[in-house]
Amino acid sequence: MDQYTLNLLVVGASFALYVGIAIWARAGSTSEFYAANRGVNPIVNGMATAADWMSAASFISMAGLIAFVGYGNSSFLMGWTGGYVLLAMLLAPYLRKFGKFTVPEFIGDRFYSQTARLVAVIALIVISVTYVIGQMTGAGVAFSRFLEVESSTGLYIASAVVFVYAVLGGMKGITYTQVAQYIVLIIAYTIPAVFISLQLTGNPIPGLGLFGTHTESGIPLLVKLNQVLVELGFNDYTGQHGSTFNMFLFTLSLMIGTAGLPHVIIRFFTVPKVSDARWSAGWALVFIALLYLSAPAVGAMARLNIIDTLWPNGTAGEALAIDEKPDWMLNWEKTGLLGFEDKNGDGKIQYYNDKNAAMQEKATAAGWAGNEVTRFNNDILVLANPEIAQLPGWVIALIAAGGLAAALSTAAGLLLAISSAISHDLIKSQINPNISEKDELLAARISMAFAIALATYLGLNPPGFAAQVVALAFGLAASSIFPALMMGIFSKRINSAGAIAGMTVGLLSTVLYIFTYLGWFFIPGTNMLPNTVDNWLFGISPLAFGTVGALLNFVAAYVVSGMTKETPQEIKDLVDSVRIPRGAAGAIDH
Amino acid sequence: MADRKTQTGKDNGAYWAANIRIIMISMVIWALVSLGFGIVLRPLLSGIPVGGTDLGFWFAQQGSIIVFMILIFYYAWYMNKLDRQYGVDEE
Repeated sequence: MDQYTLNLLVVGASFALYVGIAIWARAGSTSEFYAANRGVNPIVNGMATAADWMSAASFISMAGLIAFVGYGNSSFLMGWTGGYVLLAMLLAPYLRKFGKFTVPEFIGDRFYSQTARLVAVIALIVISVTYVIGQMTGAGVAFSRFLEVESSTGLYIASAVVFVYAVLGGMKGITYTQVAQYIVLIIAYTIPAVFISLQLTGNPIPGLGLFGTHTESGIPLLVKLNQVLVELGFNDYTGQHGSTFNMFLFTLSLMIGTAGLPHVIIRFFTVPKVSDARWSAGWALVFIALLYLSAPAVGAMARLNIIDTLWPNGTAGEALAIDEKPDWMLNWEKTGLLGFEDKNGDGKIQYYNDKNAAMQEKATAAGWAGNEVTRFNNDILVLANPEIAQLPGWVIALIAAGGLAAALSTAAGLLLAISSAISHDLIKSQINPNISEKDELLAARISMAFAIALATYLGLNPPGFAAQVVALAFGLAASSIFPALMMGIFSKRINSAGAIAGMTVGLLSTVLYIFTYLGWFFIPGTNMLPNTVDNWLFGISPLAFGTVGALLNFVAAYVVSGMTKETPQEIKDLVDSVRIPRGAAGAIDH
Repeated sequence: MADRKTQTGKDNGAYWAANIRIIMISMVIWALVSLGFGIVLRPLLSGIPVGGTDLGFWFAQQGSIIVFMILIFYYAWYMNKLDRQYGVDEE
């Protein structure tokens, strides 16, 4: 059987499974549609949360991000997991006790203000829509590479599948498909990682192999990697090459942002009890860690493998001849994500850092005319990993299914967050409070269909700023939603005026800072200052500004609350009731 | 909803103070292993070798995630105990 048929079979089977689950888990009430009737087992919810959270970025991009920078990009590992500690202790149990359906609903009730609820809805929609674009384009790429269809056709197929289980099943259907998607994606990620770790270090556990011994040379893997990188003029892998202060703020921004993402928070509304919400956050992190503990190993090992392939006789020997390129390089050259150019015309590919002056001197002496690997996209690393490690065809097919599972599961979670904000926070709360449950369910389904159409459109016509908007999503979640939720639970002093002021200050400062350096609405050329370290305020990169935005939010909320009327007694009682688990079951029917 | 009113404010105050204390301790550990050992304090740990690199690198790429998991499970277990002790658990 050829690779194409195999890919088609594995991806087709996974899609059939998702649709089957959707038909089994139809939603009949708004409680089922918004919160799976609060009947999800905490371990199952942990697994669904892991799939919900791990997007195309975690599955496809993260190992590549770490591979090409090394230690400096550890921020992604710590940031994207550390947020779960914040969720488990500061938000999830209390929001579950509150027992409503959406994040803006808590903000609106706790701060007794429709304005606060509206600000939260706006933040939620901006965060989720920008985030969903990346998932749809990721699904399109996976389709076009592995199933050899146009990426637009791939996108239509992906949208149709999401449409079936999200519109039909709502949160209930999404939860159980996410469990299936988690299983597909973790198997797809782990198998190549185990093989590559065995090949390089003899250790079947990638996380241990990373700190193990490189079998071929007999020295530790990371020492070997540092050696070959330095010989080629690159930065060493384990060293720190950026600013400590900025890495600190960036990591903290990712942590706070993770805890403030609405599509992750609403997953904790689906468990039966407050204690389940706490356990569930722990299980979610366990299932996430299964991938996140492998990812840095995949990154380091793939980087070493690639250098070995390009320098088959060692970095001091002859480079790889162009006509001896392995198949995976030819395959990926076709996609435009990998590119070579024989600058000195010697029929060999010299891969080195030509921006390093000392290295360039050596290279000139050897007759090299610049780095001949002209393009190497981060995303290839995970997708091409099985081919680089020469694994069997079914593993390659699994990677295709896994990448699609990661993109679709996150997309579905985001779409639910968007549609519930529209049907529950806008239509039911602001436009027609007397809407019947049946009509609200219909409205939720129509909002969902609308959100899918919008996401498909944006996936087909991705705005040029698709990469930067992720920074915006995390920045906004960190600077607006997280502080508002946390203060709503932990401080009775914060009143409606304080919360609105805080969210507005956090939102605006973060958006302004990002736009100043990346351009107004990310339009190239409209940035007011060049995006370089010298121009950044106190050396803080736009990506790391979420922490500062959150801090400004806290300060503004406290100052304004101190100057305005005290929180009413019934709201203080509400805060008291949110703080204790007893009575959570009664909160189901509201 | 009736049982909410049967709770006396004083007991719940003690429960909440105990919760805040365990959260504070957890947050200190949380920040220490990641932002501390993994980033700011890494130079101080550079003398401790771990598998071809130093302890700070290990915390940044692996150790912090393991500590995060332990923290959440410990917190969940501790709070469930606390809930029962103060009689605010879900029956």
